[in-house]
Amino acid sequence: MEKIQRISTINLERNFQEVERALTSQEALEESNRCLYCFDAPCIKACPTGIDIPTFIKKIASGNLLGSAKTIMTSNPVGASCSRVCPTEELCEGACVLNHSTKPIMIGNLQRYATDWAIKNEQTLFEPGIPNGKAVAVVGGGPAGLSAARELARFGYKVTIFEAAEKAGGLNTYGIVSFRLPQSISYWEVEQVEKLNVTIQTNTRVGKDVPINDLLKDFDCIVLAVGMAHVPYLGIEGEDLEGVFDAIEFVKGTKSGKLTKDFVGKRVVVIGAGNTAIDGATCSVRLGAENVKILYRRTEEEMTAYDFEYEFAKQDVVEFRWLTAPKRIIGDESGKVTGIECIKMNLGEPDQDGRRRPNPVEGSEYVIPVDAVIKAIGQTRHLELIEALELLHDSGVVQVNKETYQTSNPKIYACGDVVFGKGNGDAMVVTAAQQGKLVAHSIYKQFKAAGVTQ
Amino acid sequence: MADLSINLAGIKSPNPFWLASAPPTNSGYQVQRAFEAGWGGAVWKTLGDPILNVSSRFAAISFNGQRVAGFNNIELITDRPLDVNLKEIYETKKRFPNHAIIASLMMEPKQEKWHELVKRVEDVGVDGLELNFGCPHGMAERGMGSASGQVPALVERQTYWVKEVAKTPVIVKLTPNITDITATAEAACNGGADAISMINTINSLMGVDLETWNTIPHVAGKGAHGGYCGPAVKPIALNMVAECARHANINVPISGIGGISNWQDAVEFMLMGATGVQICTAAMHHGFRIVEDMIEGLSHYLDGKGIKSVSEIIGKSVPKYSDWGNLDLNYNIVAKINTEVCINCNKCHIACEDTSHQCIDRLTDENGNGYLKVREEDCVGCNLCSIICPVDGAIDMVEVPNELPPMSWNERQTALSLAAECKIDIHK
Repeated sequence: MEKIQRISTINLERNFQEVERALTSQEALEESNRCLYCFDAPCIKACPTGIDIPTFIKKIASGNLLGSAKTIMTSNPVGASCSRVCPTEELCEGACVLNHSTKPIMIGNLQRYATDWAIKNEQTLFEPGIPNGKAVAVVGGGPAGLSAARELARFGYKVTIFEAAEKAGGLNTYGIVSFRLPQSISYWEVEQVEKLNVTIQTNTRVGKDVPINDLLKDFDCIVLAVGMAHVPYLGIEGEDLEGVFDAIEFVKGTKSGKLTKDFVGKRVVVIGAGNTAIDGATCSVRLGAENVKILYRRTEEEMTAYDFEYEFAKQDVVEFRWLTAPKRIIGDESGKVTGIECIKMNLGEPDQDGRRRPNPVEGSEYVIPVDAVIKAIGQTRHLELIEALELLHDSGVVQVNKETYQTSNPKIYACGDVVFGKGNGDAMVVTAAQQGKLVAHSIYKQFKAAGVTQ
Repeated sequence: MADLSINLAGIKSPNPFWLASAPPTNSGYQVQRAFEAGWGGAVWKTLGDPILNVSSRFAAISFNGQRVAGFNNIELITDRPLDVNLKEIYETKKRFPNHAIIASLMMEPKQEKWHELVKRVEDVGVDGLELNFGCPHGMAERGMGSASGQVPALVERQTYWVKEVAKTPVIVKLTPNITDITATAEAACNGGADAISMINTINSLMGVDLETWNTIPHVAGKGAHGGYCGPAVKPIALNMVAECARHANINVPISGIGGISNWQDAVEFMLMGATGVQICTAAMHHGFRIVEDMIEGLSHYLDGKGIKSVSEIIGKSVPKYSDWGNLDLNYNIVAKINTEVCINCNKCHIACEDTSHQCIDRLTDENGNGYLKVREEDCVGCNLCSIICPVDGAIDMVEVPNELPPMSWNERQTALSLAAECKIDIHK
């Protein structure tokens, strides 16, 4: 068989095309008919947004694709993105009862099939509610913010989203690599929200372009869905050298305009082994880097990237260096990165979050010659904004009432990454979407209790 | 959103999806659950004298791993006393005044017994009656069900008796276990039926166990024929509906039954003349919740076509259904294989070679790769290759122009007889 060349160093654009092939209509029909259409199905419970999966699959089988897309998007306002980025084997597909008899239904791919149909056929799935005279400001237009805005608009609220970036969509637009989630999908979801008369003010940073007091004054309540900020400093020498990148910004760069040729033939190391580290590494490969290594101070066991991401990176020939921590980044006289000094680690006792604490091995330092270093060791929080809003928080994780999602200021609700962390659940797109929905439902309930009828 | 409501001979329901008279409509509890799920109507499981039943009642055909391609039962009519059923019908109708409740009735062929039953049932407020002249097992051995339904005179007479006293519309449910269903349909019309419904189940034996040599199902080692239904019977039912719909003397609304599993099936039955449909097996396979997709799928279909009301599609394909003698003998189609889609399983070749007209050649291209090609001049347009082809879009049946004008067998025979009488000249 002819060998398929996975990565092109000439046509970089091709490397960033969606990797996973869409189901053909015949595949979708066969797979949808294989679904048992379970009653009270475990896949529904395994979906953080509770999509009625058997129903949307049944609708694919019956040829009711519009109904199928509606079923999906009703429960999950970013359901088209989630069909591509959800760790389905840990969620719906992992719960499929057919795991116990044959093999699970390809729920993610079927979800993509139905939502792709809606995108291709330019369907508008929802109508705005009858205006109830209340205005809500949503700060941040990512999955959580969009989800909240979508539900609020359907309830009849006048919603304005304030988005710092040029386009809304947040992580789905800028943070997830194009070859897993093309931007057009995220834009469609944003459009679906806009069609409900939601105003999206892009290039608008709250606290800078819009005073916080205006927000508090002009809106009946505020939904804080700002997500997280840049990658923190490593706190080691050489971090400001040319060739050291923030993984979030690096991935964003591959989703904004023309792809750079600067990485062709280069040696790259990525520091960290979470979802973003994998994205940074695979993007580097796809930008033509000759060698890409992931350095992680713990082991395969502790890494937070999903199994499918790990597999994907290995297929992209990303090398993994476990129990390895950066000690300093080395540059030449012109200020460009030439290498990274690493130190070997071993694992000690578990620390607060239950993961074994890595300890440096004295005298094990060595240097890896590299041209670029990508930092992917988590993200900082929008502390300044949180402080300016005078909200209670735990190192930037905003505290909320677990039932109402109200912050210490009852007029301000919060959802998404801004409340994740510190034992408050997983930061998945799908959980952010669900929280957005729950916030909207909570606001609806609070206003209803206060006599707002819609 | 299109208007899905229907009016079948005066019986109104919010949508065309009714549960057929069968196990799903055995009690008020079930029918009320069905209405909550969205069903537009229900034909209550046949009322009659309390009946004893057997244990081990259903069987199904799995076709290549797909369960319930066909389904059969040897269950009889209701196993509950009439007054209990009537009380529950009353309560259900009270709770769901806008949904259609039709009582299915069966009675020995005696006028006064029919009169009594009809009066008692109508007293509790049903929207209509359906006469069960179709049940093929058990009851038939006692002269009821299909034993009545196979004799046009009995159908007509009993329908007449019911119509003598009935105040609500009367639907006559017909058995398919007959050579020509239009004969009994016409008899029902002559008896005054307001509507007909079809098909009831088909005589069937589902299988024989290879180890025990017992029938499937069996009751303590003995079996009896049961009534066959489910997706496998749909083409038989659709034909019977269509034959009645296009029959000159059958001019009452039709309630279509037989293998309807989704909204697409329902649209087909309605296009072929059904005013509404009745469903059982699909609900037994998946539960009442399937109606949500039926309603939504039908609604989206109509919206997509810009059709305001589902009633507008009733019978729209009936004029397209005719006798073989009216088909154009000069219409030609041939198979075309799309080599770029074809996956080279060669199934079309062997099917054509062994069992049709030997016109699919296996050829080799310049690179030594095999491909398949139709010799169009020898293709008769039978469709076999495109039917068995496992890949969508690999074989198209395409129309080829014919310089001859359309001519059917009937036209040909007329022309020939005119020629024989020297009334026209034949050049070709």
